[in-house]
Amino acid sequence: MMAETIRAEFRGRIGKFSLDAGFTAPSKGVTALFGPSGCGKTTVLRCIAGLLRMGDGVCEIDGELWQDRDGTFLPTHKRPLGYVFQEASLFPHLSVRRNLMFGAPRRSDGASRERIAFDEVVDLLRVTPLLERSPRNLSGGERQRVAIGRALLSQPKLLLMDEPLSALDRATKNEILPFLERLRDRLSLPVVYITHDIAEVERLADQIVLMEKGHVLAAGPLADLQSDPSLPLAMARDAAVTLDGVVEAHDARYGLLTLRVPGGRFVAPAPPALVGEHRRIHVVARDVSLARETPGPSSILNILPGRVVAAKPVESNEILAVIALGAGGSGARLLSRLTRKSWEQLGLAEGVNVYSQVKAVALGPGRGDFSE
Amino acid sequence: MEAFAHIWEPVRLTLELAAITTLALIVVATPLAWWLARSHARWKEIVATIVSLPMVLPPTVLGFYLLIALGPDGPGGAVASLWGARTLAFTFWGLVIGSIIASMPFVVQPIRNAFAAVGDRPLEVAATLRASPARAFWTVALPLASPGLLTGAVLGFAHTVGEFGVVLMIGGNIPGRTKVMSTAIYDYVETTQWREANILALGMVVFAFAVILSMITIEKRFARARA
Amino acid sequence: MLKLKMLVVAMAAFASSASSVAAPAEAGQINVAVAANFTEPAKQIAVLFNQKTGNVAILSFGASGNFFTQITHDAPFQVFLSADAERPKAAVAGGYAVSGTVFTYAIGKLVLWSKVIDVTNGEAALKAGQFSKLSIANPAAAPYGAAAIETMKALGVYDALKSKLVQGNSIAQAFQFVDTRNAELGFVALSELYGITDGTRWLVPQNLYAPIRQDAVLLNKGANSEAAKAFLEFLKGLEARAVIEKFGYGLD
Repeated sequence: MMAETIRAEFRGRIGKFSLDAGFTAPSKGVTALFGPSGCGKTTVLRCIAGLLRMGDGVCEIDGELWQDRDGTFLPTHKRPLGYVFQEASLFPHLSVRRNLMFGAPRRSDGASRERIAFDEVVDLLRVTPLLERSPRNLSGGERQRVAIGRALLSQPKLLLMDEPLSALDRATKNEILPFLERLRDRLSLPVVYITHDIAEVERLADQIVLMEKGHVLAAGPLADLQSDPSLPLAMARDAAVTLDGVVEAHDARYGLLTLRVPGGRFVAPAPPALVGEHRRIHVVARDVSLARETPGPSSILNILPGRVVAAKPVESNEILAVIALGAGGSGARLLSRLTRKSWEQLGLAEGVNVYSQVKAVALGPGRGDFSE
Repeated sequence: MEAFAHIWEPVRLTLELAAITTLALIVVATPLAWWLARSHARWKEIVATIVSLPMVLPPTVLGFYLLIALGPDGPGGAVASLWGARTLAFTFWGLVIGSIIASMPFVVQPIRNAFAAVGDRPLEVAATLRASPARAFWTVALPLASPGLLTGAVLGFAHTVGEFGVVLMIGGNIPGRTKVMSTAIYDYVETTQWREANILALGMVVFAFAVILSMITIEKRFARARA
Repeated sequence: MLKLKMLVVAMAAFASSASSVAAPAEAGQINVAVAANFTEPAKQIAVLFNQKTGNVAILSFGASGNFFTQITHDAPFQVFLSADAERPKAAVAGGYAVSGTVFTYAIGKLVLWSKVIDVTNGEAALKAGQFSKLSIANPAAAPYGAAAIETMKALGVYDALKSKLVQGNSIAQAFQFVDTRNAELGFVALSELYGITDGTRWLVPQNLYAPIRQDAVLLNKGANSEAAKAFLEFLKGLEARAVIEKFGYGLD
């Protein structure tokens, strides 16, 4: 049972900073370490990597013990991990090709097949034209892609990424995010991903670990933490939920995709997609308004029945409500942000059945969206 | 013609001395510089200061202590007794030892700086890419620091060629064995053989010019490499 | 950092040159170039000179060859105490010194000294050759070195010992080689053994080498200096001679 998890716990001090953080995560998918600057995310990552050694620490990946409290400590170079730093940090004295191959195993032993192949990585990250170049002549985005490829080609069992997009400008970030999404979809590699940008979390993460001042506030599936009113995520102005939708049908006439989530369905304009495919559905709290009765004809396509399961005042005059979809109020959760006036006038309260009118829905990329 | 043979011997001796000293220094100074660049030991700067002392001490002081150390009252004498000699002074290898000590700071310093400039990041990256500390040193740190090593070698070589005070004190000025260019020039001046002195001196000026020029070129390449 | 150093050096050079230009007429001050081997006696003589006349003799010690080169290139010395007779003569001949002022202020005594082997019977020790290194001063530069070679040739041991010779740059260095026992023995100046009781010594008989006459001369820069002339007179006088003899030099 424990073989399929990542377990990390570290306690200690560095100067004035005190760290006491621990979490477990499934060893599949992307786990985001999220929190404000200085909350200790990088420290935790470096501890997992073995770059920082805390005496009081445990690190176990997929059953392999990398560190424990009884003196076991695998040095970094013996840990089968990949690490992508915030600033690419390519070796300036080696070509891109040599950089990529630096951590690759010398000769493939009979036992282990190469799980990640050179051509596959080069193709996935579109670095073929850069292979013989020197890192000095690459743009920030190109360097970061090479850095990711280099980490992958070392055949890691765990990929650690420390704010890989933070040093890039918005345009480059948007250029690279699809690569990361593709990575996540194509390779079955657990990833621990640090960011302070919630947008990256929403696009990439399956699990999220919320950190603050050296502690873990909460850890769990993304949607769960997004819709937890006791956590700062739900209280943020741009609070949103990211749901896992399954493609049910495509309306060719109107170019609309229907996706099923527990407790309801969403409809969104999108090109055709394979039935059964999973797509992320991003719903912002401010785009969700509530009604006590079925609203009359409206331009809003997504009107889902559900029940208010929690509510919390936010800022001066607003209420953040958590809506569970479905007749019994047990499905996926949405957030709705509305004025206190509306809340009171509609007589809303926990337990009340409502209709969620979702004005806009953003879909994550589908498999087909990557072909160019 | 005979005069030129006379002049050539100190030159040959000097080049031999400088070459061997430089090679020995690179081998000794590199691990020392690595340690100085990366260690967190509290007493590391004390070691650094001791290594730098020859740069600051007057050569006669250095030479004097070397004379004692190389002689029968010091470790040199103990080593020399292994083959029945009394002292390492007055020997070519005594000069090598003296030159190594005298030129050490000029070699350690640039190499240490070069290693320090490499920083932690490339080595951390190498570790995350399965490189053992040894492999990280040879394939990442050393290549990135190589301009510093080159500078150190050039400086060590040049300093040994120009070394006078130490050589004077422990050499004994034996033709063919310890009479190097610097002491030869000194001799020629003292005995007013101006022509020979000028030839050797001019040679040293040309050499110094070449050294400084090559150093500037290395520095420029280094700066470009780091950009 | 470098600029500051250069500034300090420049200031020091300026200060020292300024002091040599401004020589007060009453209490005379002179610069004397003194052969290294005469260091100790020169210091004592300078003190006595100052006590007697109030003049200050600033002494510089070094190799006579060096001094000669400097003197021929305008060095600011008024008096030259050489380790030989040649250089004062050459200085006069070259027009750098005042003719008629050359005289022998001391006669150097050559001594064979060892801290390792017994050289009380120096001739026997040299002939036996039971040593690996013999230290002498550079004969090209120091008369004691030339005298050492003369001695060895007179004793017929030069060819046998030639390969064992190590040269000190100066008589002081020849002494150091023996003092640190790097050379088992060496030819040094008797004056250098003043106050030293270590080891054994052999005073080389005068008939084995040409006398090492150490001559003094008044340099051009001292031609008009009363203090300089007074110094040379003092050197010839009884008090100075007593010191000179005490330190193991011969006198005319």
